[in-house]
Amino acid sequence: MRESQVKRTPSEPLLQRIVKILLDRREASLVILLAIMLVPIVARSPQFLSLDNINRILNDISILSIVAIGEFFVILSNGIDLTVGSIIAFSGMASGMLNEAYPNVPVVLILLLGIGIGAAMGSLNGLLVAYGKIPPIITTLGTMSIYRGMTFVLSKGTWVTAHEMTTTFIGFPRRTFLGISALIWMAVIVIALTYYFSRHTRPGREIYAIGGNATAAKFVGVNEKRTRFMVFVISGTLFGFAGSLWTARYASAVNEMATGFEMQAVAACVLGGVNFAGGAGAIPGVVLGALFLGVLNNALPVVYLSTFYQTLVQGMVVLLALIINTVVDQRKTRKLLAQRRAR
Amino acid sequence: MAETLLTIRDLTKFFPGIKALDNVHLTVRAGEVHALIGENGAGKSTLVKILTGVYFPTGGTITMEGRELAFKNALDAQHAGIVAIHQEASMFLELSVTENIFMGHHLRHPKTKRLDWKGMRERTRELLDQLELPIDGDTLVKNLSVAQRHMVEIAKALSLHAKIVIMDEPTSALTTREVEDLYRIVRQLRAEGRAIIFISHKFEEIFQICDYFTVLRDGQYIGEGFIKDTTTDRIIRMMIGRNIDHMFPKKDPKIGEEILTVENLSQLGAFQDVSFSLHKGEILGFFGLVGAGRSEVMRTIFGIDRRSGGTVRIDGKPFVPKGPHEAMAKGIGFVPEDRQRQGVILSMSIGNNITIVQLDSLCKMGITNAKRELEVTRTYGEKMEIKAAGWHVDADTLSGGNQQKVVLAKWIGTNPRILILDEPTKGIDVATKAAVHEFVSEMASQGIAVMLVSSELPEILGMSDRVVVMHEGDVTAIFEREELQEEAIMRAALGETKEARRA
Repeated sequence: MRESQVKRTPSEPLLQRIVKILLDRREASLVILLAIMLVPIVARSPQFLSLDNINRILNDISILSIVAIGEFFVILSNGIDLTVGSIIAFSGMASGMLNEAYPNVPVVLILLLGIGIGAAMGSLNGLLVAYGKIPPIITTLGTMSIYRGMTFVLSKGTWVTAHEMTTTFIGFPRRTFLGISALIWMAVIVIALTYYFSRHTRPGREIYAIGGNATAAKFVGVNEKRTRFMVFVISGTLFGFAGSLWTARYASAVNEMATGFEMQAVAACVLGGVNFAGGAGAIPGVVLGALFLGVLNNALPVVYLSTFYQTLVQGMVVLLALIINTVVDQRKTRKLLAQRRAR
Repeated sequence: MAETLLTIRDLTKFFPGIKALDNVHLTVRAGEVHALIGENGAGKSTLVKILTGVYFPTGGTITMEGRELAFKNALDAQHAGIVAIHQEASMFLELSVTENIFMGHHLRHPKTKRLDWKGMRERTRELLDQLELPIDGDTLVKNLSVAQRHMVEIAKALSLHAKIVIMDEPTSALTTREVEDLYRIVRQLRAEGRAIIFISHKFEEIFQICDYFTVLRDGQYIGEGFIKDTTTDRIIRMMIGRNIDHMFPKKDPKIGEEILTVENLSQLGAFQDVSFSLHKGEILGFFGLVGAGRSEVMRTIFGIDRRSGGTVRIDGKPFVPKGPHEAMAKGIGFVPEDRQRQGVILSMSIGNNITIVQLDSLCKMGITNAKRELEVTRTYGEKMEIKAAGWHVDADTLSGGNQQKVVLAKWIGTNPRILILDEPTKGIDVATKAAVHEFVSEMASQGIAVMLVSSELPEILGMSDRVVVMHEGDVTAIFEREELQEEAIMRAALGETKEARRA
């Protein structure tokens, strides 16, 4: 009798369980929203769901996904990293200049350079936050300008244009493997690795602990400083990697590149159900959030919306999605409270 | 007799200006439920914090199974086998039950270091089955009831192979049925040879579940013994037996007409049918244990919380405040319990803190008059004898006692007719305490009606003209000054005299 009560879940029909799990997760409402948004778009232009266009959207969101995942870990720890655009710019500029100066250096080394730059810049952020006890928003507000300034100093204000780079470098994001572009593969690898890290390793789970309840985390022996340092190294590394990819994909490195991109990264996280106060969220949600933004960016021209209105509509849709998310959440909490009182 | 598990000798803990623990002894044996008894502020929480590695003792020894222990941090205490069931503070609400149990000691694959979720889920199920809890390990903790969260914490203690489990008021938020469940688990832990340190204010449950007791008072060890050999009376006497010192400069009251009338005031889940009256120049004490609902009553009268029923009348006219501003307009001042969070704005100067409630009268067309402001600050700051480098320094540089003086100065500046003081001397040094008492008497003698909420019996006895005693949201007694008696008040606060309620 007791036994069956404790292990009651498997006795429910499978379908019902799947529906319940879906409804339980924040990601579910995003999927539904995405579907709702697709209806008028596809009605207007059936080509939107063609393989070609899907491929284009996925290519578009690859870099955003990588960057949003970096931001995700910082937000999860109850912080924020504003250096997204600046690290992308410096790493992207360095990558472009390396390729221009030494065309024979293999692409892998250029990517490693970007990763290394990102890790170093992220470490500085992490040091200031974890050991210098400066709030993340202040720290990264400062380093954001410093890193952007370093880009100008490095490039002396000049650009690296497509014809100054090798075709191997700027062509590699479009090289396909099993019919899928290298750029998408890069994102898939990052998603898989970070998913594993966040779910199946101890440091990964400790980020959730620090962000969810720092006091309690201390009680169970989580090293707060080390964890806070680590999240910034992770985010910096991913931003640096994204910088190299950015230069290759857009075939140019300019000083102003990726300005304001941190807002897109934060938006993807928040849309994906990541708690802005830390402690809750998951990689699949973040990727869905990036996909949502990608579809939106891609769809607005399709529905013949004037470019003047695109940013405006984008902001409104994002806000609307967040409001729906919050309302659904509050409803759930209230229902739970009512249930509890009834007991 | 069972073997001794934990021995504490001469444990002492000083905080600046306060002796929180003074030569405390405690002996805990395997397989016993040990009640740790004492009033609020007797030192129970400090003792628990030392045992769980949060505080470091100033002196004394802690011996467990023959080995002397010195915890450097909370983790050390857990490894030694001492685990406290904290209330919600130590849970990760957004994470699953399984993960809450294993956070900090996750099971991992020996080689790859990959987290062994399957193993952890299985172990969780075992633990929950062992405790006969119908909870799914994958549920997020935020979706559990308070009682279920307690059970999960207990499961966590089991997963840590705890030898001593400390439960601090574990039943305070539970329903009767949930309490039964908890008792069942406590008995099970005891049968397994673990020891439970059980902190509770409820005598009924102490006599029902505990085997042995130790009483603390004012940070000192008072006595111990077997529950079956004692009575409620004897324990109450041990809890309160002390002298009232001359800290209470009570002036002869000149009690005037009734100013505030409260009838059947209720707030769902916090308090019900609270009735009393307050007169000009009177100090009306409110006594009860933590969670009796006294602060909630005050907050409702002041318009911070909404009532669910009942009436409040000021000067005979019904008063239904939409917010604190309306209460303030009626001449009510409120010095809240949580000084740091509700009373003082730490990042503002002393001057700004004092003048913030009367900015309207200090402003002309929205522009503040700095000279006037300084004048007001000086008048009331000096009256309260605030010790600070200047009126411009930030409140967070002040001691707790001086911060409290700032809050009091702020409210006298508004010339209140009714002053609500919620635990005005909590956590401040003796000298400031006396100054606060002096101030309260002074206010009353000027005809201000004072409501004094306090958990310190001597303060209540020394200051009040009448005392309202509450227990779990009910008014259990109202005493006149001449019938004030420690034992009777304590009984009422413990809910022992509910039937003997006076109108």
